[in-house]
Amino acid sequence: MNQTIDTTTAGGSDPRPAGRAASEPRRWRLADYPSLLTVPAILLLIAAMAYPLLTIVLRSFSEPEWSLQNYVWFFSTPVNLTVLARTFSISAWVTIVCVIAAYPYAYLMTTVGPRMRLVLIMCVLVPFWVSGVVRTLAWVILLQDSGVINSTLKAIGFSSIRLIRTQTGVVIGMAQVLLPFMILPLYSVMRGIDLRLVQAARSLGARPALAFLQVYLPLSLPGVFAGAIIVFILSLGFYITPALLGGPRSTMLSTLVQSQVLSLLNWGRGGTMGVVLLVSTFVLLAVAAPLMRQRHKQASRS
Amino acid sequence: MSTSKTRERGAAIDIRDATKRYGKFTALDNVSLHIEPGEFMTLLGPSGSGKTTTLNVVAGFTDLTAGDLSVGGESIVGVPAHKRNIGVVFQHYALFPHMTVGKNVAYPLTLRGVEKGERERRVKAALDMVKMADFAHRYPSELSGGQQQRVALARAIVFDPPLLLMDEPLGALDKKLREWLQLEIKRIHRELGTTFVYVTHDQEEALVLSDRIAVFNQGRIEQIGTGRQLYDEPATLFVGKFIGESTTLRGKAETSGDETGLTIAGQKIVAKEKLAGGETPVILLRPEKLSLAAAKAPITNGQNSLAGQVSEAIYLGSGSKYQVVLRDGSIAVVRSSLEAKPFTIGDEVDLRWSVEDSKLLADDDRADMTLT
Repeated sequence: MNQTIDTTTAGGSDPRPAGRAASEPRRWRLADYPSLLTVPAILLLIAAMAYPLLTIVLRSFSEPEWSLQNYVWFFSTPVNLTVLARTFSISAWVTIVCVIAAYPYAYLMTTVGPRMRLVLIMCVLVPFWVSGVVRTLAWVILLQDSGVINSTLKAIGFSSIRLIRTQTGVVIGMAQVLLPFMILPLYSVMRGIDLRLVQAARSLGARPALAFLQVYLPLSLPGVFAGAIIVFILSLGFYITPALLGGPRSTMLSTLVQSQVLSLLNWGRGGTMGVVLLVSTFVLLAVAAPLMRQRHKQASRS
Repeated sequence: MSTSKTRERGAAIDIRDATKRYGKFTALDNVSLHIEPGEFMTLLGPSGSGKTTTLNVVAGFTDLTAGDLSVGGESIVGVPAHKRNIGVVFQHYALFPHMTVGKNVAYPLTLRGVEKGERERRVKAALDMVKMADFAHRYPSELSGGQQQRVALARAIVFDPPLLLMDEPLGALDKKLREWLQLEIKRIHRELGTTFVYVTHDQEEALVLSDRIAVFNQGRIEQIGTGRQLYDEPATLFVGKFIGESTTLRGKAETSGDETGLTIAGQKIVAKEKLAGGETPVILLRPEKLSLAAAKAPITNGQNSLAGQVSEAIYLGSGSKYQVVLRDGSIAVVRSSLEAKPFTIGDEVDLRWSVEDSKLLADDDRADMTLT
């Protein structure tokens, strides 16, 4: 900014017209208002999230008339409560299966060489690019009573097991679809863990298993929590996989919402279910939050 | 504290014919090294010379391909790292970020089942020793690099290991802090009486700290000795060039009696030594043994003289440092005292030194590798 006006030379031989800075309005620059860059995203969120959400909340109270009728109905109908509890329990199982499957996989990704790591990342991402519907249909083929798993079991002399239209089948299918959401955050946290910390623990007298439990595991927990939250929340709202792999005994809340809104055109009750799911998710996150708060900053790799 | 009593706390180390290969690459080539109980031994060398591999082998992080290793008279080949009871300090501190300073230092004691009161007493003593007792409740991320390294040192000595390994512990710190911590490490070594094995590529640091230094190059030990021995009597050209500043002179050689003569750009210089047959001699000169005289000034008996031109003159406060380009193009480094006559860039000078100060060594192209 070289536009300070030197009063001693004003009107003198200075070629600059005096008062230029004052007379010429400062050019408007986007760089001065970086927050404006978020406008498109905010507009999209308002249009696609805030407005519909507000509508649903309002209709849950206003249809057919202004009262708490829909909430009274929801909590006084046992099947709703059963399905709500089942939605949370299936989501919890999916999360547990994902943690168990993803942890060693993500760990392996941090220890192998660059080429092998690329292969492992592709193994995670390629199914990710295939539509969830297609993957779920693949699971139908594998899990059905005459499917690959059961015919193999029969061929080697075991009795067949029911997988399709059971909660087990739903958990298997959902876990596979959601696995990348667990592996990727875990990997990004694990990649930042200095493996010399484990060496240090061993030099101080810790057995390898103990060094892992007391040093590596606590440092990887932020990744576990991040992945678990994503997987759990996505599971709560899953529709296609439970609808195709599940049966009447594994209905999740999204299926009930669908039947209320699309089959019975009862927007009030459908909206109520959505609000209940949303609020209970928030409550759960609020309860879990203190567990996840890190008291230390992650040591940066120098 | 009597020296003999504290020294008993340190363990002797014996490395015999140690070899470590990674595929075709030989990281350690038949290395043998004996370290006395309570000694401060520095493994010095450029990166990739095998010094860190040696440390990792002693710590138990790396297995030997061949050879034997014993600490305190007992072979520890095949003993896993967590059963060796050896303290290790890492270059990047390796403090556990999810534990406070106090918990970090208490960790090895907890593993050993030391009961709470005793544990707290020893943690405090160790933190006192490194002057970090006020920081016990902080997390490592809240400390500076130098503070973190002192905590790492406390953690490595709190369980009274008979041997402490340090892998370039000051490498990530700035010069002033490094010099101060060097003195701290020396003090702690004196107070503990533990055997210290210290890895560094910094020859000045090695000279400040060590009782003895083992100079590594390309997976082998070139020479083991005190700093003075390495500086005054280097066994190889590599050691001579790695430790301190030096000038090397090459030329047409001839031996007569016990003397070796070198002809450089038509001028003859002499060393009162000779090499075994077949080796090409090089003369190594230390900068403080050299002096400058005006060109063609009279020579006293027993002096060598080479003509050259001053190409750099640096005033150092305690004296001056000159670079002199000799007739054959090689560069000599000279340190002169304040009393000596000053020269400026471009002056024609004669480089003078006593015949006894010509150190004759066998030429070796491995000595010319880039130093880190």
